[in-house]
Amino acid sequence: MKFRYAKLLLLVALAFSLLVSLFAGRINSYVLFVLYYIGINIILAVSLNLINGYTGQFSLGHAGFMAVGAYTAAVITNRFGDLNPFAAGTLFLGALLAGGLLAAVTGLLVGLPTLRLRGDYLAIVTLGFGEIIRVIFQNMNAVGAARGLSVVHGYTNFFWTFGAAAVTIYVVTALVHSTYGRGFIAVRDDEVAAEAMGINTTKYKVTAFVVGAFFAGLAGGLYAHSIQFLTPSGFNFMQSIAIVVMVILGGMGNTPGVVLAAIVLTLLPEGLRWLAGVPSLPGIPRAYPFAWVGNTRMVIYSLLLIVLMLTRPQGLFTWKRKTPFPA
Amino acid sequence: MTEFLQQLINGLAFGSILALIALGYTMVYGILRFINFAHGDVFMLGAFAGFYLAPKIAAVLPTPSVASGLAVMFMAMLICAAIGVVIERFAYRPLRRSPKLTVLITAIGVSLFLEYTGQLVFGAAPKSFPPLIPVYPIAHLGGLSITSNQVIVLAVTGLLLVALRFIVLKTKIGMAMRALSFNPEAAALMGVNTDIVISFTFALGSALAAAAGILFAINYPAIDPLMGILPGLKAFFAAVLGGIGNLPGAVLGGLIIGTTETFVSGYISSTYRDAIAFSILILILLIKPSGLLGRKEIEKV
Amino acid sequence: MNDDLSNGFGMRRKGAQRLEWPAQMIRLAAGSDGPDDNQEFFMKNWRSLISEALLLAAGVFFAGCNKPASPSGAGGEVIKIGEYASLTGSEATFGQSSHKGTALAVDDLNAAGGVLGKKIQLITEDDQSQAGQPATVVRKLISSDGVMAVLGEVASSRSLEAAPICQENKIPMISPASTNPRVTEAGDYIFRVCFIDPFQGTVMANFARKTLKLKSAAVLKETSSDYSVGLAKYFVAGFTADGGNIVGEENYSHGDKDFSAQLTALKADNPDGIFVPGYYTEVGLIALQARQLGITVPLFGGDGWESSSLVPIGGRALEGCYFSTHYSPQDTSPAVQNFVKEYRARYGDTPDAMAALGYDSAMILADALKRAGSTEGAKVREALAATKDFAGVTGKITIDSNRNASKPAVILTITNGQFQYVETIKP
Repeated sequence: MKFRYAKLLLLVALAFSLLVSLFAGRINSYVLFVLYYIGINIILAVSLNLINGYTGQFSLGHAGFMAVGAYTAAVITNRFGDLNPFAAGTLFLGALLAGGLLAAVTGLLVGLPTLRLRGDYLAIVTLGFGEIIRVIFQNMNAVGAARGLSVVHGYTNFFWTFGAAAVTIYVVTALVHSTYGRGFIAVRDDEVAAEAMGINTTKYKVTAFVVGAFFAGLAGGLYAHSIQFLTPSGFNFMQSIAIVVMVILGGMGNTPGVVLAAIVLTLLPEGLRWLAGVPSLPGIPRAYPFAWVGNTRMVIYSLLLIVLMLTRPQGLFTWKRKTPFPA
Repeated sequence: MTEFLQQLINGLAFGSILALIALGYTMVYGILRFINFAHGDVFMLGAFAGFYLAPKIAAVLPTPSVASGLAVMFMAMLICAAIGVVIERFAYRPLRRSPKLTVLITAIGVSLFLEYTGQLVFGAAPKSFPPLIPVYPIAHLGGLSITSNQVIVLAVTGLLLVALRFIVLKTKIGMAMRALSFNPEAAALMGVNTDIVISFTFALGSALAAAAGILFAINYPAIDPLMGILPGLKAFFAAVLGGIGNLPGAVLGGLIIGTTETFVSGYISSTYRDAIAFSILILILLIKPSGLLGRKEIEKV
Repeated sequence: MNDDLSNGFGMRRKGAQRLEWPAQMIRLAAGSDGPDDNQEFFMKNWRSLISEALLLAAGVFFAGCNKPASPSGAGGEVIKIGEYASLTGSEATFGQSSHKGTALAVDDLNAAGGVLGKKIQLITEDDQSQAGQPATVVRKLISSDGVMAVLGEVASSRSLEAAPICQENKIPMISPASTNPRVTEAGDYIFRVCFIDPFQGTVMANFARKTLKLKSAAVLKETSSDYSVGLAKYFVAGFTADGGNIVGEENYSHGDKDFSAQLTALKADNPDGIFVPGYYTEVGLIALQARQLGITVPLFGGDGWESSSLVPIGGRALEGCYFSTHYSPQDTSPAVQNFVKEYRARYGDTPDAMAALGYDSAMILADALKRAGSTEGAKVREALAATKDFAGVTGKITIDSNRNASKPAVILTITNGQFQYVETIKP
């Protein structure tokens, strides 16, 4: 990579998150967990951005990869978590990585058959894969099927979520700035021309899926150990859409924008919840005047999508171009 | 044997409803080359339109009766045709010259908007659809059971298909639709008013979806704002299976998916029911992407 | 982008656009870059990592200032009680019912002067019937709002999500209607005021064998619901232990509309009755389709049937079917009739089992507070665990050693489109 400070920045971010997590006990638990979700959503959005934004493969099944990572990590820590309390950190890291790896394999399985598909078909098929993964978990008794899986150890803390987020941003950016990045962008801009120029589009498409899925699996593992109870219905199409909205809001292929969008969209439901809980407003006689607002999260998401595409398809946090993709 | 026939009838009835929705998908794709994700939700709106219209119609016509059923269906079709035109006008027309991805995302946005605003406005809990048509058991031969509702579904689907075929093959606007699906620029050069024809296509597709919604609600009288997601998706798969852009193909695809699902549900396990439809889609896209009856499209570079 | 030029409809863009892509490709292949310059990209990226750090520092700072003074929530003149329910979403009817019952109870308590001399403040949060939400809202109730106890939820899966959080924070939690046994296993601060599925399943099994005198039965359960699977399991165990014969078992998923495949398969097994331990929407449709297919045997199920929407959906197909539930508004005891009258006066409709249980959950908490004499979590927990023969609207409630309620079940049938009381089964 050409820029010198990136590695330093990564170390600073890791140190910062370690520091904050040491003081986490002083922080309101509700706010703390919202911060965890911010970190997890950043990882999800940045990894999806790699597939959708940089490589132009419009994938609607990202929640499936998250599910694979979540269940895998949960099963591992449930099984081995009680053995040695001092090695908890190592175990957690191992579980997360295992979840990510298994999710990466799933990404491979999804990426390969979809090689010939474009645009709409690709979107539908990835949606289908996401749903198939969910249905598989719903029928897998070993992980509790529809009854859900309890995750005994809540290992997730500030260090892990933000450390992982920082690492994800670093890796994705490094990848994009390498020859792989050139390949991704070539595939996105014009696949046929890229093939004609001798670029192995298969390699790049599959790599994008595998790396994106790996980080989604990582995020899934972190999610599992924060919420401590997994149900397959939590990894459905709506969850995938929520991540897609972050990528589109931030601007496809625009990592800083996507990070910002992830932060904003994680805080949005909490903001709505706060607004709905406002007991009264001067001048309005009704108690809880905004109570209906709490349920409008998905309506807002859908309106965002429509309005953004009609007016600002490059995303809210992109200032350099006017189309969804560069050029 | 009886069980097999029974499952077959059940599957055909369910598949006809899918076929009606699939027709809308395939028509829009044939002309605009894009998947209208919101189509399944127009189906849902048709059912809700029927729900709210039924008491009003009941005040005028005796209910349940064939007349009231037809009146409700007809009015729901009109309402949804209008909705389809409005959606096209405001969400899709401004993006006609934009990259395909933009329209795709917008379509997803419209679909979600209809679903969740529906939840806000109608309430998320399922509502019971009033019986519009009197139900008679038609046949009970040796354990086999066919109800009048199932016969009505098949009959109405058949009638609408004939009507559609007539419109597409024998009228001027049908010819314009076919011209647009072959070559939009040439059609425009030949004096076809593309805006009007596209609006008409959307109206037609949405009306069919509304009819499907009413038929569905008559057979399965619990309606809720999210009811359109799965049938819409499966109908899209049906359209792809039959060859997207191909009208008879959409019907064939619908019937195949309906019957396959029913057989798998009955003989193997129903928990994998939804996964079946997805798997069929993936298979057909891998083996013959142009569908059973479709032509291979050459992509020009 | 090439898509731009060939989207099947629309005029081509003039001039420049068409020739740009080859030039771009050449530039890319040559190794230099497109519009994203390396250095510039990095500069922007720097901002993203820094903005991440800064935002979080700000958040952490403000969060630190936000910690409530004491978790007992009784710093002032109110006792804060939290409630989380599915007020919106696909199970909204259950959540709204239980909330109405709870709110009525709180109002009744406050009208009578409050508890321990203080008024009760009920803070309600909506979890939108979605997985993932209960954890967030319960954390908010405990950490931000500072409640001293939590009431909720009706759906077992959502109770299971929130229970460990309440346990960890030593905040007593009372579920009005979650029947899955695992909920109270989360810890000794978790209670419920309803019976559990093993009891309910056995009740229905006994009813089927002894009262309905069925020799064989089939089961049609919802595999996507823990509640349904659990209830089916206990029913099968009880039915076979009593000498009955299970001739067939079929499954369906939440949201399914068409059950003809499964029903046709079950019809071929020729059962004397079909046990359908599901929720009212699917049950109504199942009844309709069963009758259409010519299945005439009775259907029976559990408290998931209990809803005012059941009969509108199922219609006459449900005549002569049975289900177990927590209470009946036709119960002639004065406590129930008073409750029904008050509820009708305030909300206009008849309270269902969820509303009655919501009412009882709040009342039991108030009773425990009075006996504990303080709002301290541990003391309230002790008082709750010691509840004996509490006269609730849903019957005499005794909290057993597993923190479940030992109380009778009520069997209802549907006659002329109305729920009709049949009998009460004691534990």
